[in-house]
Amino acid sequence: MRRSIPVVAATLGLALTLTACSGSGSGDTGDDTSAAPSESAATGTLTMWVDDTRIDEMKPVVATFTEDTGIEVDLVEKATGDIGKDFVAQVPTGEGPDIIVSAHDGLGEWVNNGVVAPLELGDKAGDFSDSAIAGVTYDGKVYGTPISIENIALVRNNALLTDTPAATFDELVAQAKTAGTPFSVLVQQGEASDPYHLYPLQTSFGAPVFEQSADGSYTDTLTLGGPAGEAFATYLAKLGTDKVLDLAVDGEKAKQAFLDGQAPYMITGPWNTSAFEEEDMDITVLPVPSAGGQPAQPFVGVQGVFISAKSENPVLANELVVNYLTTEAAQDALYAEGGRMPANAASAAKVDNPILKGFGEAGATGAPMPAIPAMSSVWAFWGATEAQIISGQAEPVSAWNTMVTNIQDAVDKV
Amino acid sequence: MTDQQTLEPPAPPEAPGPGSPRRSRGDGSHARNFSAGFVVKLILVALVDALGVYGILSAWAVESWGILTFLVLALVAVNWIYFSKRAVPGKYLIPGLLFLLVYQLFVMAYTGYVAFTNYGDGHNSTKSDAIEAISIQNETRVEGSPTLPLTVVQRDDELGFAIVQDGDAEVGTAEEPFTVVEDATVDGERVTAVPGWEVLGFAEIAQQQAEITELRVPFSEDPSEGSVRTQDGSTGYVYQSTLVYDEATDTFTDSATGEVYTPSDSGNFVSEDGDVLTPGWRVGVGFDNFTRVFTDSRLAGPFAQITVWTFAFAFLSVLTTFVVGLFLAIVFNDPRIRGRKIYRSLLILPYAFPGFLSALVWKGMLNPRFGFINEVLLGGADIGWLTNPWLAKLSILGVNLWLGFPYMFIVCTGALQAIPADTIEAAKIDGAGAWRILRSMTLPLLMISVAPLLIASFAFNFNNFTLIYMLTGGGPNFVGTPVVVGHTDILISMVYAVAFDSGNKQYGLASALSILIFIVVGVISYFSFRQTRKLEEI
Repeated sequence: MRRSIPVVAATLGLALTLTACSGSGSGDTGDDTSAAPSESAATGTLTMWVDDTRIDEMKPVVATFTEDTGIEVDLVEKATGDIGKDFVAQVPTGEGPDIIVSAHDGLGEWVNNGVVAPLELGDKAGDFSDSAIAGVTYDGKVYGTPISIENIALVRNNALLTDTPAATFDELVAQAKTAGTPFSVLVQQGEASDPYHLYPLQTSFGAPVFEQSADGSYTDTLTLGGPAGEAFATYLAKLGTDKVLDLAVDGEKAKQAFLDGQAPYMITGPWNTSAFEEEDMDITVLPVPSAGGQPAQPFVGVQGVFISAKSENPVLANELVVNYLTTEAAQDALYAEGGRMPANAASAAKVDNPILKGFGEAGATGAPMPAIPAMSSVWAFWGATEAQIISGQAEPVSAWNTMVTNIQDAVDKV
Repeated sequence: MTDQQTLEPPAPPEAPGPGSPRRSRGDGSHARNFSAGFVVKLILVALVDALGVYGILSAWAVESWGILTFLVLALVAVNWIYFSKRAVPGKYLIPGLLFLLVYQLFVMAYTGYVAFTNYGDGHNSTKSDAIEAISIQNETRVEGSPTLPLTVVQRDDELGFAIVQDGDAEVGTAEEPFTVVEDATVDGERVTAVPGWEVLGFAEIAQQQAEITELRVPFSEDPSEGSVRTQDGSTGYVYQSTLVYDEATDTFTDSATGEVYTPSDSGNFVSEDGDVLTPGWRVGVGFDNFTRVFTDSRLAGPFAQITVWTFAFAFLSVLTTFVVGLFLAIVFNDPRIRGRKIYRSLLILPYAFPGFLSALVWKGMLNPRFGFINEVLLGGADIGWLTNPWLAKLSILGVNLWLGFPYMFIVCTGALQAIPADTIEAAKIDGAGAWRILRSMTLPLLMISVAPLLIASFAFNFNNFTLIYMLTGGGPNFVGTPVVVGHTDILISMVYAVAFDSGNKQYGLASALSILIFIVVGVISYFSFRQTRKLEEI
């Protein structure tokens, strides 16, 4: 008996080891059995990855689908920042989902890694706006069903200012200062700045990030350099010295400051306006005024639903993604739950919320967010350089030009 | 002395003499004897076996031969060891050994393997996956072709599609192009029944999803007209492959231009003109990943600067935490201080918080505009604690001091209490002052037990990714460097920035650089441990 205690401990330890290593194996068989034949009308289970900001609106819509078809959908919540990365890493191992709901800007990377399957919307493609379809198209092929469209715009706190006569960004800042608040026009920053929120200003100088070909798709040719880019860099430095832009004001702080009535204007997206409305703020959404003379184009992001290239349930997945989520009814339901601008044109036409309409008008001139793999090489340099220009650490023109060279180098290496 | 005497009586049965007494004891072993202990062992090993067999079957089902082999070997070893009389040490060692294999050696071996491949974006999976992905990405719907309401039909084991064309029902299979069938029932645009064929409902389609989505029915006798496929079992479209894979020659051919793509050494299909098809697949690249840090001019510049800072950071972190920890330990080791227990408990608190949490809290407090330190303590000063390169380094060291001194404090307190009081007493009698006692008595005696921990602490801080990533993210960034790294990046966070944050994920490069860092830390630790052995000779 004296030896039995170590034996018990040892065996328990061993049992744990074995469960640990059989864990991955049993996960696989779990998927197998879900795809395996079942006698009843219920035909299988789909695994669907949704990020934390979208899962609540997806739940009831998917529940309706399960009621109608008997196909179970297992919604898995993923962190917004990890969902694309995990998808690329896990699809080849067979542990990935059947379906992923995500912004379209990761599409190029997914296609490049062979983890997403093309799908055929057929005549249903005509139900969507061109920009929505463009978002889920890569290299001439449609890969997903667009569900909503998002872009940033200028949001005004009507309690502080009631009209916006400004035609330029400088006039806007000047008018905003008359409100006497600690901030004039809030644009969220952070240690690595925020090129996404600064993009309307950049495009107004005529320096978009990549060249767009005639059909709206992006090429690998960088266009953010040259005199237009240099002019924008100089303007950024000026906004930095004027304290309009401050790296210490990150997304959370900007949102809070606007909620507290510390600024008459904020450049932000619909994800924040719902919080403003909950606080009963009276707000108006307007296009961002131009800073450099040309139209200020925000990035337009398309939220789409995509099917994994290695899904074991391709027919069921198509039933949900192509035959159900494209419908006006499903997109209406998504809008009712989540309040985002639906991608389905008929559903979008029914939206009468003035705030969403404002975003829609501001986004009408927008440019789709590039989904090409080269784009992923751009963000880090872009943000870091803008941060150095805003904080005055770097001389704007030379820093901007070095950045363009470095991005070109990185893009060439992709 | 009395304690030892009371312990003695039970000792003899614990230590049987060599040779013959062992054999006689064998009868008492529960390996042969159905005692309660044996039954417990039997049940536990049976449980382990059951789990193992379940694992083996699962591995079999998904064709994971590596896991299967490992499980079989592990199970055989476990059963042999726990039921053999000769493997007594093994009974204690095997659980630990198995854990070591799974969680340490496997992970190390896998990292080593990845380091020699080009695993990363664009080379994400196997060659067969890449071929499949290229094929499906390059199958395009024939322009202007109609949407075909389609019915999936089955005859014996053969699947087919039934469609309506010009009012006639047509059936086709993988081998047979669509041909008109008589007597089929058509409802609107959809075929609902075909004599000799069974029409599949949605539930039956769902059971053969892979076969149905892979089925291509030639549209007509002319192959250039493409073939019909379905993705949902109810709608068909006419597709044409623009890139066709030929298994015999292992090449892709562009059906429009006739260009041939052959597999290259770097894991891509490449045409003669150098056009590359994506995705590629994982291939071995030898030492390329290891040499890149020296040959890639983009990495070489910042690499030197970051290496210097990494050593400085690790060394200064150990030094500052040790000095503060030791000082506090000596102070609170003095019996004249009241409430020592309370002070000691309070001092350990920073150690009790998770490091990444404290780093985030400090990041907030050091924020130049809204942070507690500038706003409240310094009365609204504008000091860029995390944005000025030198202040950021200072902040990192300061926060790491706050995080790390409790550990040194605990270790030193323990070691101080182990130093015999009479030795110190003797030194005092010999007329040594406090400083002299510290230098010549306490420190040397302390170092014997603490030096290995200092080396371990150095190795830990050398790779202290959490602190850097959470507190500064490596920033403030260098101005204009060709990779986005910053003044406070250490080697491991540089690896992360280069291999992941730069947009293009490169697991191979990351693994290779991690192994290089491991070698550096390993060599330093090895020589330091050899040095500390000398301390024990005092």
